[in-house]
Order: sequence, then structure tokens, then C-alpha cells
Amino acid sequence: MIKINILEASSLTKKYGDFTAVNDIDFYVEDREIFGFLGPNGAGKTTTINMLTGLAGITSGSVYLSGVNYTRETKKAQRLMGIVPDESNLYDELDGFENLTFCAALYGMEKRKREERAGRLLQQFGLAEAAKRPFKSYSKGMKRKLTIAAGIIHEPKILFLDEPTTGIDVASARQIRKLILDLNQKGTTIFLTTHYIEEAERLCHRVAFIVDGKIVRIGTIAELMKEVQQETIVQFTLDGDISQLMQAVTDQFPNFTTEILGENMLRIHSTSLIPLMPFMKFFEENNRVVFEAKMIRPSLEEVFVKVTGIELGKMKKEKEKKGAGGKK
Amino acid sequence: MKSWIAFWNILRKDMKNYYLKPPNISWGIIFPFAWTLMFFIRSQSSFDVLSILPGVVSMSILFGTTSMLAVTITFERKSRSFERLLLAPLDLNLLMLAKTTGAIIFGVLNAFIPIVFALFLTDLSVVNWFAALGSILLMAVTSTFLGLFIAVSVSEAFEAQTFSNFFRFPMVFLCGLFIPVPELPFFLRPISYLLPLTYGADILKSSINGSGDILPWLSFLILLCFSVFLFAFSTKNVKKKWIY
Repeated sequence: MIKINILEASSLTKKYGDFTAVNDIDFYVEDREIFGFLGPNGAGKTTTINMLTGLAGITSGSVYLSGVNYTRETKKAQRLMGIVPDESNLYDELDGFENLTFCAALYGMEKRKREERAGRLLQQFGLAEAAKRPFKSYSKGMKRKLTIAAGIIHEPKILFLDEPTTGIDVASARQIRKLILDLNQKGTTIFLTTHYIEEAERLCHRVAFIVDGKIVRIGTIAELMKEVQQETIVQFTLDGDISQLMQAVTDQFPNFTTEILGENMLRIHSTSLIPLMPFMKFFEENNRVVFEAKMIRPSLEEVFVKVTGIELGKMKKEKEKKGAGGKK
Repeated sequence: MKSWIAFWNILRKDMKNYYLKPPNISWGIIFPFAWTLMFFIRSQSSFDVLSILPGVVSMSILFGTTSMLAVTITFERKSRSFERLLLAPLDLNLLMLAKTTGAIIFGVLNAFIPIVFALFLTDLSVVNWFAALGSILLMAVTSTFLGLFIAVSVSEAFEAQTFSNFFRFPMVFLCGLFIPVPELPFFLRPISYLLPLTYGADILKSSINGSGDILPWLSFLILLCFSVFLFAFSTKNVKKKWIY
């Protein structure tokens, strides 16, 4: 299948006086992919999104969205994108249905079409019963869902989602992640920023890490994982105490490194692939039942920490503090 | 054509959300009503009604438009819903026109409250309605764009009110409504001629009681220039300050 780049940014730079917020970055987003943009506070994520969506001017470089030169034809490019900010910015006094139809009208949609589409989206997002309630009476999760619906009401080619699950409850966050995957499966390309690395790992096809205004790594999740995956690890969970068996394991498999984790868990380390069957056979011969055998993979979090040198806990705390206190 | 769908819906939303809200309707009526009553009680004859009508109409327009627009735009900026409008595929000039048209309509409606009162108190058949309506409309446009200029210059609603008063009160006293401009101290006269209200009030005076000092066509032209300048300056400022 031929992959088409829906968004291409080249040598994108943003300067505020002497300060360079975004420094000569290049990236592309493929059609129908979920592209993650990760970085700590002040790394240049928001500035990049603002440049891509038209809220900030571009100092130098170029952006093409579906073949449209963004710098020359900003308004034409804006017609092709949907934007969901990190804080819901719909109108408190309008109800859910009115908010959606108003947003559709901003894109020039005819009355009948926008009402039809608003009705359908309210159903799809599970908000049909709240359609006639004022937006201010919605819960945070409902607000976020309606803001996403408003972002896609004009059927954009690409949807920019800025921290879609920050500050909302676990159940709503799960629903929103499912909605994101559904939207993507139906053909919407998604540009996602999040500080939840595990969320990016779960949702994104490709990810870029931005630090101090520069993209330090970019690639598919598998490509990024390779950087920290220097050995293969298989973890077995058995019945009974494993310590009595350790000497036999070491004798039987001298080419592998073994490690006991708790009473009944054993990890096998190797620089090459680990065949499972000899181990299964060995445990069976020793009258041990294997409950679980799984491959331990490094997380995207480990990749992020290795590449950026940034403490993730600190980054999360900063974000959550910012989320609780509102956007400064 | 598609842009006009957006224009109409922004205007309709603003009218419904802000201008036609019960507190604003009552404020819009009470404020000119209070001005009208205050002056009319003081006036002794029907001739006095005609002499004070231009002033009351001018103040109703000025205070109605500048207050509402400056507050609504700063409020939307604060709640970030204005960003949604900036991100829409809509020309910035058309967007700002859509945001200001509601205030212009509100200003024109405010102007008619003292006129309705005056209808019951005096004979208005002497009024040149063509010039008066033109002046009301242009004053509403200029005052609205002054409100826009204020909204773009501040970040909080209370700042908008304070900054508005910084312009409005000197304007009321220097525009010739209370003291004719030629009778003002020499050093204040140039300031009067720098205020848009001076020209709007003068057309109204000419059309209602024939006491204007400036040629009406010249006043129209100057008001038009003020409108274009304030709108262009504010739109440029939006681009500079809000599209970072």
C-alpha cells in the first residue's frame, strides 16, 4: 500500500525575539495514522501545534497540509483540519446540539447538513441524551467528548488533539481513547500530544520526542523500542517455589542468564531470541505447571527517559499541576 | 457564500448569547431611560427636549456599544472560545465584522429609546430623519470599533471597563454636547476635533434642532474615516497580539 503524507513540516522554526521556541524541525504525518508528539513542558509542543493550526505565525520553514502551502493559504489549510485544544473551549450558554451546529457553521456547512451531522455525532459520542442541556452543566469527560465531536463535525482530513485525556476521570479517559481509535479506523488522521507515554504507546503508530525545541527522536513505536531493547527477556510463572529448581535450570541452559522474581517467577535473559519449547519441556519433566510465559518488552517510557534524560514522574507532576490550575 | 453562513451564525449566537440576554436588555433600556428622564425632567419646554435629544442619543449609543463589545470579546478571549473563531477558515476582517455587527445593532436600538420618549413629549416632524439615521448608524459603527480597539488592548473584562471610561467620559464632555465646541477653552478645542463623537453629535444636532457647527457631509466623511481607521488598527492588533 502506498503511504501518503498528509502533513509535511520542513525546517519549521519559531522565534520570539532572541528566544527560539521551535528550532528547525522536520517531520511528516502519514495519511490515516496516529502521530504522537511528546515532550516535557516548554519543549515546544504547543508552539508547534499553534504554528500548524494557525494560532502562531511561522518564523521560517514550511508546512504543507494535503498539498496546500500553509504559509500562503492558511485559511484553505484550516478548512482541512479539526482542532481539539487541551481545555474545552465551547460555549457555556449553548447546549450540546447548538455548540456542534455553530462549529459546523464556522466551516460554512449548510443548515440541514450540520444538523444531521450534529445529531449523528451526539449519538456516536454517547451524548444524545444531553444534547439539549447547556454545555456548562456537562461533566469534564462529557465536555471533552463534545469538544472532540466539534473538532470533527466538518469532517477534517487531520485532527489535532492536544492532551485529550488530561484532567478527566479514568472511565471517560478510556472512552476517549476508544473514540480516538474508532475515528482513526474510520480514516481520520490524528496528530496527538500527550504527556501520558503509555497512552501514546497504546494509540500511536509513530511518535516524535521534542526537547528544547528540537525533535530528538522520531519513528514507529517498534523502531523506538529497538533502541533500548538490547536483550530478550522471557518471564515464566510456575507453581510452587522455584528456588529449588534454579541449579537445574542453570545447568540445563548455560547460555542464558536466569533471574528469580519472587517465589514462583523466573526470568530468562539472552542477547538472542529465546526458544520457548525447551523450557516448557524442562518444566514438565520436573513436574512443574507453567501458568504463564511472556516476553518482557521495554516500554516507550524507558525509551523516552533514555533519549531525553527527563524524569517522567516530574513531567507528569508538572502537567497535572498545570491541568489542575488551568492553562496559564 | 460559505463565509456568510459563518458570519450570520456568529452574529446570531452573539445576539442570543449576549445582547438579547435579559440583563443586557434591561441595562440597554434602563441606561438610556435614566439619561432621558434626567434631562427631560430638567427641561422646561418642548424646545428643550429637542436641544437635549442629540446628547442623550449620542450617549446611549456610545455607552451601549463600547461596554458590550469590550466585555464580550475579553470574556471570549479569557474562556478561549475566541480561539475557535480564529482557527476557523474565515477571513479575519469578516470575523471581526461578524463580532461587531451585534454591538452595532445593539447601539442603534439603544439610540431609539430616547427617540421614542421624545415622540411622546414633543413634535419631531422638524427632524431630518435621513441625516439623523445616518448619523446614528455611523456613530454606532464608530463607537463599536472603539470598543473593539479597547477589547484588543486589554486582557480582562474589568480592564475593558476602566479603559472604556478613560475614553468615554472625556468624550462626553468635550464633544460639544454640553458646551458647544466653539465655546470650549482654546486649548481643549483641538482635542474635541480628535473625538469621533464630536462629529456624530454635530450631525444629530444639525438634523434635530439645526444647531450643528460642522458641515454634515464633512462630519459623515470624518466619521467614516474614524471607523475605517479603528477597524483596520484593531484587526491589525488582533493579528499581532492574538496570532502569536
